[in-house]
Amino acid sequence: MHKRSAEPLLWLLFSAGGVASAVFVPVLVLLFGLAFPLGWLSPPSYEHMYNLVHHPLTRLVLFGVSVVSLIHAAHRFRFTLYDGLQIKHLNELIGLLCYGGALVLSIWAGYLLWTIG
Amino acid sequence: MADKITMQVTRYRPEEESGATVQEYEVPCPKDWVVLDGLNYIKDRLDGSLSYRWSCRMGVCGSCGMTVNGEPKLTCETFLSEYGAGPVRVEPLRNFPVIRDLVVEIGDFMRKLVAVKPWIIRDQEKPLIEGEYLQTPDELEEYRQFSMCINCMLCYSACPIYGLEPAFIGPAAIALAQRYNLDSRDQGNDERLEALSVHDGIWGCTFVGECTAVCPKHVDPAGAIQRYKLTAALEELKSFVLPRKAR
Amino acid sequence: MSERHAYTDYHPRWLRSRPSTYWWLERRAYLSFITRELSSIFIAWFVVYLLLLVRAVSLGDSNYQAFLAWSRHPVVMTLNVVTAFFVLFHAVTWFNLAPKAMVVHLGHKRLPASLISAANYGAWVVTTAFVLWLLLGG
Repeated sequence: MHKRSAEPLLWLLFSAGGVASAVFVPVLVLLFGLAFPLGWLSPPSYEHMYNLVHHPLTRLVLFGVSVVSLIHAAHRFRFTLYDGLQIKHLNELIGLLCYGGALVLSIWAGYLLWTIG
Repeated sequence: MADKITMQVTRYRPEEESGATVQEYEVPCPKDWVVLDGLNYIKDRLDGSLSYRWSCRMGVCGSCGMTVNGEPKLTCETFLSEYGAGPVRVEPLRNFPVIRDLVVEIGDFMRKLVAVKPWIIRDQEKPLIEGEYLQTPDELEEYRQFSMCINCMLCYSACPIYGLEPAFIGPAAIALAQRYNLDSRDQGNDERLEALSVHDGIWGCTFVGECTAVCPKHVDPAGAIQRYKLTAALEELKSFVLPRKAR
Repeated sequence: MSERHAYTDYHPRWLRSRPSTYWWLERRAYLSFITRELSSIFIAWFVVYLLLLVRAVSLGDSNYQAFLAWSRHPVVMTLNVVTAFFVLFHAVTWFNLAPKAMVVHLGHKRLPASLISAANYGAWVVTTAFVLWLLLGG
């Protein structure tokens, strides 16, 4: 009987996160990381941000993108530690720290986006 | 263009020494000579004790894979003239245990190859009287690229994951499994899934992509692996949601 | 499936070498690979940054302004410049490699890889335009 492993599911989530982060994050980094702080563009007014962020669709999309992007990052980082540093014997610990970290941040994201307004 | 080139060849004689040494040889380098010609010259004229594998000398048998100036190459397809004035450093294929000089142990790959069942698997063999299996050109095209593998193992040498984790099943084994998975005559996808969808199977691959870069037959094992990851992941998801009996 | 290797005269000791800790520096392709993998840290950082922004907005105008001021802090700015590089590197490598996994057939013919890549880039452009419009338009 084929022993069930978490790897296939983790890979699917990793892939979803890869797409989501590749598609959404660059423009956001460009704006909130560079353009607004550097003064190339003026940041949106508070009212604009308030309306945007409170919209249920925005919150849903933000939550979705955040969670899969966090899992994507955790998955990739886990393999980087495992292969890059050759610390195979700490496999369980690495898994726990990476996916655990993603879980904690996802819960925070969920709490934040749920309790808005 | 000098008419001689220096070849720095790794020697390892386990009955005499505990580690590898480098021996230099001056060999002629006519325009059309490949590294293998250089090695054959050394063995024939300079040092008969040099050990290495080769066979067809035309890039189809996969025997003569070695590390030339740090790159995994088929020595029968690598021209000495590529290296200008030289020197040309020839080492055994990396990531494999060395038995002697340039000869590496390939038993690990052989076992992994068998594990993926690289043959047509049928639930029911067609009786001879019904004639041959028919296949359209499009159906052939689906797996043709992966059938080009000559088992030279340059991909294993280039794969850092295989170097770090020898239990990893490796690029060629997965590409060959895909050659059969995608063959319209084959019905063995489920059987191969067991061997492949494990941590040291396809899930160990992090898509470095060097396997595809060094493949002399343009098999694109990295592509085969990524494609199979999607197939296997969806298959696993399906079997989780819909137990096997219901399908 | 291990073999017991008895080292006799006819089975001499094989030479095995372990990869160096700096294996990823040995080839340009390996370095490029590790860079791509390290982008994961910066993706995670920016998700946190975005959530901090959302939190600031939820707490009120003064918090939002404070966040914007903090985003101008030289350390944060430097971090975000580096993040921008890594995020772009991730996006480009992802879209270029995606066709390897996504093999799409239309009838019996396979869609060319360039088409799949183009579709991915297209989705990127459309989403970017949409987000720009959401944030800067209206």
